[in-house]
Amino acid sequence: MSSWIIDRRALLGAVGQLGGVALAGQATPGWAKTLSQGGAALPSSEVLSGEAITLRIGKGHVTIGGKPAKAITINGTVPGPMLRLKEGQMLRLTVINELDEPSSLHWHGLVLPFQMDGVPGVSFPGIPPRSSFTYEFPIVQHGTYWYHSHSGLQEMMGCYAPIVIEPAEALPAPLPSMREHVVLLSDHSFVNPARIARNLKVEADYYNRQPQTLSGLMAGHELSMDQRLMWAKMRMSPTDIADVTASVMHYLANGHGPDENWTGLFTPGETVRLRFINAASMTFFNVRIPGLAMQVVAADGQDVQPVTVEEFQFGAGETYDVIVTPQNRAYTIAAETMDRSGMARATLAPAAGMAAPVPPRRARPLLTMKDMGMDMSGGAMKGMSMKMRDGSLAPQVKMGPGVDMISAMPEDRMGDPGIGMGDVGHKVLTYRDLVALHPNPDLRAPEREIEVHLTGAMERYMWSMDGKTMSQAHEPIPMRKGERVRFTLVNDTMMAHPIHLHGHIFELVTGHGDHSPRKHTVTVQPGGKASFDVTAEPGDWAFHCHLFLHMAMGMMRVVQVRPA
Amino acid sequence: MTHRCAVALAALAALALALPAMSHAQDTMPGMDMGGHQHHHAPAPPAQQAADQPAAPAAPATEGASDEPKGTDQSPGSAEPPPVAHDLAGSRYWDPQAMAQAHHAMMTERPAPLYGAVKMDIAEYQFGKNGDSWRWEGEGWLGDTNRLWVRSRGEGPVGGRLEDAEVEAAYSRAISPWWNLQAGVRQDLGTGPVRTHAMLALEGLAPYRFEMLAAAYLSDKGQWTGRIEASVDERVTRRIVLQPRVEFNLSAQDMPQQRLGAGLTTAELGFRLRYEFSRKFAPYLGVSWTWAGGRTADYRRADGESPLARVFVLGIKSWF
Ligand SMILES: [Cu+2]
Repeated sequence: MSSWIIDRRALLGAVGQLGGVALAGQATPGWAKTLSQGGAALPSSEVLSGEAITLRIGKGHVTIGGKPAKAITINGTVPGPMLRLKEGQMLRLTVINELDEPSSLHWHGLVLPFQMDGVPGVSFPGIPPRSSFTYEFPIVQHGTYWYHSHSGLQEMMGCYAPIVIEPAEALPAPLPSMREHVVLLSDHSFVNPARIARNLKVEADYYNRQPQTLSGLMAGHELSMDQRLMWAKMRMSPTDIADVTASVMHYLANGHGPDENWTGLFTPGETVRLRFINAASMTFFNVRIPGLAMQVVAADGQDVQPVTVEEFQFGAGETYDVIVTPQNRAYTIAAETMDRSGMARATLAPAAGMAAPVPPRRARPLLTMKDMGMDMSGGAMKGMSMKMRDGSLAPQVKMGPGVDMISAMPEDRMGDPGIGMGDVGHKVLTYRDLVALHPNPDLRAPEREIEVHLTGAMERYMWSMDGKTMSQAHEPIPMRKGERVRFTLVNDTMMAHPIHLHGHIFELVTGHGDHSPRKHTVTVQPGGKASFDVTAEPGDWAFHCHLFLHMAMGMMRVVQVRPA
Repeated sequence: MTHRCAVALAALAALALALPAMSHAQDTMPGMDMGGHQHHHAPAPPAQQAADQPAAPAAPATEGASDEPKGTDQSPGSAEPPPVAHDLAGSRYWDPQAMAQAHHAMMTERPAPLYGAVKMDIAEYQFGKNGDSWRWEGEGWLGDTNRLWVRSRGEGPVGGRLEDAEVEAAYSRAISPWWNLQAGVRQDLGTGPVRTHAMLALEGLAPYRFEMLAAAYLSDKGQWTGRIEASVDERVTRRIVLQPRVEFNLSAQDMPQQRLGAGLTTAELGFRLRYEFSRKFAPYLGVSWTWAGGRTADYRRADGESPLARVFVLGIKSWF
């Protein structure tokens, strides 16, 4: 099959809209150009719309700090072209795999027939090397989403891009925006992801360059001797916040490194909608715009009642839409990594060439007993046995070398702003702040509860669910079509995991009744738990941690939904 | 002599047994009441903990019956899960054979089929009162959770022949998140008597992050020996690491040919300070003392050597 395919919209469209062809050799697509007018003003052909779209997965480069890093591209760029769609339309996507290995594209957060979901071995056979596949499905929702490869570690190599879906009819929004920008955050390394995985297997803290030190102890920094000894006794580290850090990763905003400074333009006084997408492979970001309050209006593409925050932390796979009203000056969008080892940076400015100060990275946070599922602040717990690995607390977990901890008292941490966010001195978003804008579509009580433990062994870099990797467990999680089920995820590790269920939008159990916030990816805080209610859609669906190395190591299951 | 032999052996066996037990005991949280009574044996019901939740599903609203819980505020029922179907939903839409192949690939695919590494913990030049020497100690492994393990160590005078050297190969089985049980063979090389040994070892990370190795050897001449090693990395700064290290060698019997006596043969204490250019390349300098114990010390004196030796060392710790 020829790769010289021009999509129909490009043929019918305005001047210069030549599908992906014109872009070969270009590092970033038009929507993500260093200087972006944003929204409706988007001039480029790299925003693909219409009912027939062609995408090519190939080898290429992304330029970081002036140096080319190997990448897997979509239509020649990292990130790939934005799909700008309309709720209610049909979509026919032809994906040409120009790689010498199997590939796939998965539409992250879209509700669609499972056989179009794009997970090789779960929803379809994958796209063989040097061949193509046509996806066809209706668009039944609106909001901010993204798409990425679900094969091997291709996503980690840059194979991702945003999806923006406009509502079928212009809905009265509580906060209308006059302009919009997509801010897609990601991570990229000059080191091959398989090599990163191998280094972690040999030395799990290989990339942790912010350990506790004796000199820090002498200087009276951070933990006391007693606390350090307690952590050492447990063979754990309070600095184990991210396993892949800035020592190997570069952090990008719309494909641009901090020095390349992607800039979104606005007219002072305008309301601007920023569509934040965490498309990173292994990174949680703390996002803030110093001097500018953000009103969160959508989470994972689902409208919520506006809530004003100064900052939010989000995991790989999550998206937030915020509204800001910038004045006549430049602002820095600072997306610091959760372990604060690095930062993605972008700028909002009324004119090209303007920039605002970049806030320095804040001190690296430390894990606490709460992150071990052992918060002892409640006096009621006195006298309770506090074992680190009491398998009897989680009978469904297969204990073994791959499980180094069972949370003794996992707390509901949906009201938690995230690791290191408790004391930053301003309002940080929590899941409990989110309230759906519209009543939830399914108000039934869940018929049953499925508890899934997120398990791992840090020293061995093993990750699993219920103590078993996907290949060890093999068995899917069975559900009946249309069944209403509550999932409770218990995090028995000291790392936060963003857990994604394909093909479903679920309701978080946060006490908001029939206005529960709806999401497709939920971060489960270390030592904590998180619940959501979901209505089962027919088919086989992937269910996994969206930190790609955790998924690759086995923190994944298939959810099997069959007729009742 | 046979008595001492039995004692030494028993001590080694006891240690080997005690290590995993210790690791277990230490799973308990320090500083916590370890009464061990009132375990809660089932995970707490969901969403029961936060006081600010309007309606805790487990307890019906007390403020007023009109406030019926809605949506996700309702508690889950206890319906049985459906049976697991043993087919692929995708096979109804796509070529079943291609689907099955892709499913198999997805289930077995990993970032790498096997992992492996070679680590040189010690590769050093030793400056001693009675002449300089070389020394190495390293290991390599191949596998994932369970591994093929190879260890080697040796030393010899600079410009002279290799004195002591050994190579061992073992199957390493993960028995806990931190411990591996290893069984294999060891081959001695060098100028001393060349023996082959069966080896059983416990290797891993002890509480307080001590890297531990306890090994028992049975030679082809029926001689029992043992070795215990422990080291810990103390990070002085982000790149400078101080590594105290101890080693005890034990023998269950007198071995005049090797000039080793029953009991504790040698004990070693070393401090190595390394600078990590990277995790994979860290030059170090340090000092190391070796004491010969009991009858071994007598052998040393008889040979005109001192039972205590001190060396300054300069080396490179690396892995690749
Ligand atoms: Cu994870």
